[in-house]
Amino acid sequence: MRQIEGSQAVAEAVAACRPEVVCAYPITPQTHIVEAIGAMVRTGRLANCEFINVESEFAAMSVAIGASAAGARAYTATASQGLLFMAEAVYNAAGLGLPVVMTLANRAIGAPINIWNDHSDAMAVRDAGWVQLFAEDNQAAADLHVQAFRLAEDLSVPVMVCMDGFVLTHAFEAVEVPTQEQVDSFLPPYEPRQVLDPDDPVSIGAMVGPEAFEEVRYLQHAKLVRALEKIPQVAEEFYHSFGRYAGGLVSPYRTDDAHTVVVAMGSVVGTLKDIADQLRQKGQKVGVLGITTFRPFPAAAVREALWGARVVVVVEKAFSTGFGGVLSTDVATAMGPLRAPIATVVAGLGGRPVNAASLAALIEGSERGSLEKVTFLDLNRPVVDRELERMGARRRSGPSAENMLRDVASQAAAQEG
Amino acid sequence: MPYQRAKFYQVGSFAVGNRLLAPSERTVQSSLARTNSLTSGHRACQGCGEALAARYVLDAAMAATGGKVVVVNATGCLEVFSTPFPETSWRLAWLHSLFGNAPAVASGVAAALKAKGRADVRVVAQGGDGGTVDIGFGTLSGLFERNDDVLYVCYDNQAYMNTGVQRSGSTPPAARTATTEALGPEPGNVFGQGKDLPAIAMAHGIPYVATASVADLHDLEYKVERAMAFRGARYLHVLVPCPLGWKSATAETVRLARLAVESGLFPLLEAEAGEVVAVTPLRHRVGVEEYLRPQGRFAHLFRGAGRPDIVARIQQVADRNIARYGLVQEAGE
Ligand SMILES: Cc1ncc(C[n+]2csc(CCOP(=O)(O)OP(=O)(O)O)c2C)c(N)n1
Ligand code: SF4
Ligand SMILES: [Mg+2]
Repeated sequence: MRQIEGSQAVAEAVAACRPEVVCAYPITPQTHIVEAIGAMVRTGRLANCEFINVESEFAAMSVAIGASAAGARAYTATASQGLLFMAEAVYNAAGLGLPVVMTLANRAIGAPINIWNDHSDAMAVRDAGWVQLFAEDNQAAADLHVQAFRLAEDLSVPVMVCMDGFVLTHAFEAVEVPTQEQVDSFLPPYEPRQVLDPDDPVSIGAMVGPEAFEEVRYLQHAKLVRALEKIPQVAEEFYHSFGRYAGGLVSPYRTDDAHTVVVAMGSVVGTLKDIADQLRQKGQKVGVLGITTFRPFPAAAVREALWGARVVVVVEKAFSTGFGGVLSTDVATAMGPLRAPIATVVAGLGGRPVNAASLAALIEGSERGSLEKVTFLDLNRPVVDRELERMGARRRSGPSAENMLRDVASQAAAQEG
Repeated sequence: MPYQRAKFYQVGSFAVGNRLLAPSERTVQSSLARTNSLTSGHRACQGCGEALAARYVLDAAMAATGGKVVVVNATGCLEVFSTPFPETSWRLAWLHSLFGNAPAVASGVAAALKAKGRADVRVVAQGGDGGTVDIGFGTLSGLFERNDDVLYVCYDNQAYMNTGVQRSGSTPPAARTATTEALGPEPGNVFGQGKDLPAIAMAHGIPYVATASVADLHDLEYKVERAMAFRGARYLHVLVPCPLGWKSATAETVRLARLAVESGLFPLLEAEAGEVVAVTPLRHRVGVEEYLRPQGRFAHLFRGAGRPDIVARIQQVADRNIARYGLVQEAGE
């Protein structure tokens, strides 16, 4: 166990996986990860690795695509705007079936520009064909990366490890960093399914018309469905090699007899476990279901874990604008027609602290049916209402984000004065 | 160019009949042992300059490297017409990813080869002018700046052909495209716009930059071979007439490519580390009109009374190139 920053732990775990090409483009809060890997390449601690400072995230993913197709283990990391800037290549890596591994240091998407944590970036590419794993803490973040390379290369699909920006990337926690010996015994060298080899030339990335496109897409889907079997197997093997459990599809906590089950992803799961313990002390049977694998979506495991629940509350750090919860929709679909009522709580957007007390109060009330279908946790309603008023009163009411920021600031000043 | 050009004028084209040359001086194309990197059966239009150039370039690269070439291709005509799967015309290792990322993908391939210690395998990336001067410009500049070990080849047909002949940053002034129609007082593409990518490549100070034409096979092959002698980022810009987009006769492709050079509109040059080291002098200079007239994309300049004013402005562009690169040696020099 070492007291170590999340980013450093991930960097060391990635380095132990012996990546051959690492491409980096800076974006907060991903920077510490690639900086640490770059340093390890410089000192020779990570040998036989090309560390490339690219000119954009679009290039970062593209370099990874080329490297992977040429038979090298390829890694990159990004967040937020960076993920969107590379979106075309994110889909492309999956379409080509290239086992690239990427860390996503989850961060909000602008406008308004915001460097803090939420999950809108991961949600924006959930249909791209990548496996998406979410880390609850930094131990999981480090371990998931080791599993990610195994999974990616076994199935020939790209894998994204999502870890909450700042909350995890910049947090110092005690972490058992995977050792080189452990990783070497767990992760064999990369053997590509398809490779650019002048001695055995193939064409990769051809145009495919209507006659086979559906089949190509179906195969991609089938590979991700297979990942639902593979992920628990890899987690099991990891347990045998490392002596600790990590990964898997879902992580249920006190769900067996729970009347209320709270579903969530990422670091907020820890907070929710504390809330569950607290509410149980008060006599309310609350459990938590952490979703570790978001894509492919583990519908059967979710259904099973929520079987006995009377109320399901999904806490999400993202939402589909104009509709509501994203994870909630998947959970509802997984539960099928006999499902318990589901309420969505949108929380922690753009780094807004998830207030445990307000969240606990919402969950506490959920069994009485007091939760609305979609609730925005701790929303400053008066500020929103005043902006709506301004917009109604005047055509040229100006930029809303700035108006509301000014409003919040003057409120704060009034309180102080 | 440092080698002695064989001078055979009998075909009226300055082309050299191979049988008149010693075997060692013959082109790679004339050899039975050529790779045929882009083999027959592809779906390019008749007379496609891009198809011709791609085979010339890659066969020369294969010859120069003992067949150890990996190709990364940007989206565009060349990619679309060569791989209507399950068929492929490529007889070498070939990867297509996206429209704007071929340079970065090639950097990735080069990095992988370096990590694996495969110095024997060389990387060639290629794309059309749109993929190169416009959408792929950022990734290309990144490749240049990092001096990654890639030869990037731009096949410049001066418009987005694959999507139906729209204007690109390489479309010449006054040319009609689907988005610069020959309408209004200033028909066709606007004057004073566009990018000179070979010059921009030179400004990066990369080891080698050259321009070439499908009309001069010896020169083209020489430049590919020369490029492969360097390590680091190299750039080759080849002018490739497109009968569909240029509205020219399919049999005119090579002649038009030659006229572009001889008019001074497309100077042939080589540069090393940012400095021009050689230019191909114009032995037989022609006016731009001779080059423009056979092309339907310039037809509006010659219809009725014509637009001699616009032709004169294009002539100025050619004259500027000629002066800038010293393409015409004055008598007594
Ligand atoms: C991101 C993106 N934008 C647009 C396109 C559409 N597109 C495909 S090929 C092409 C034209 C290619 O032009 P160029 O690079 O000059 O090659 P050419 O076809 O002329 O050889 C365009 C616009 C695309 N495939 N991807
Ligand atoms: S449109 Fe032009 S570039 Fe495309 S295949 Fe036809 S001739 Fe070649
Ligand atoms: Mg073009």
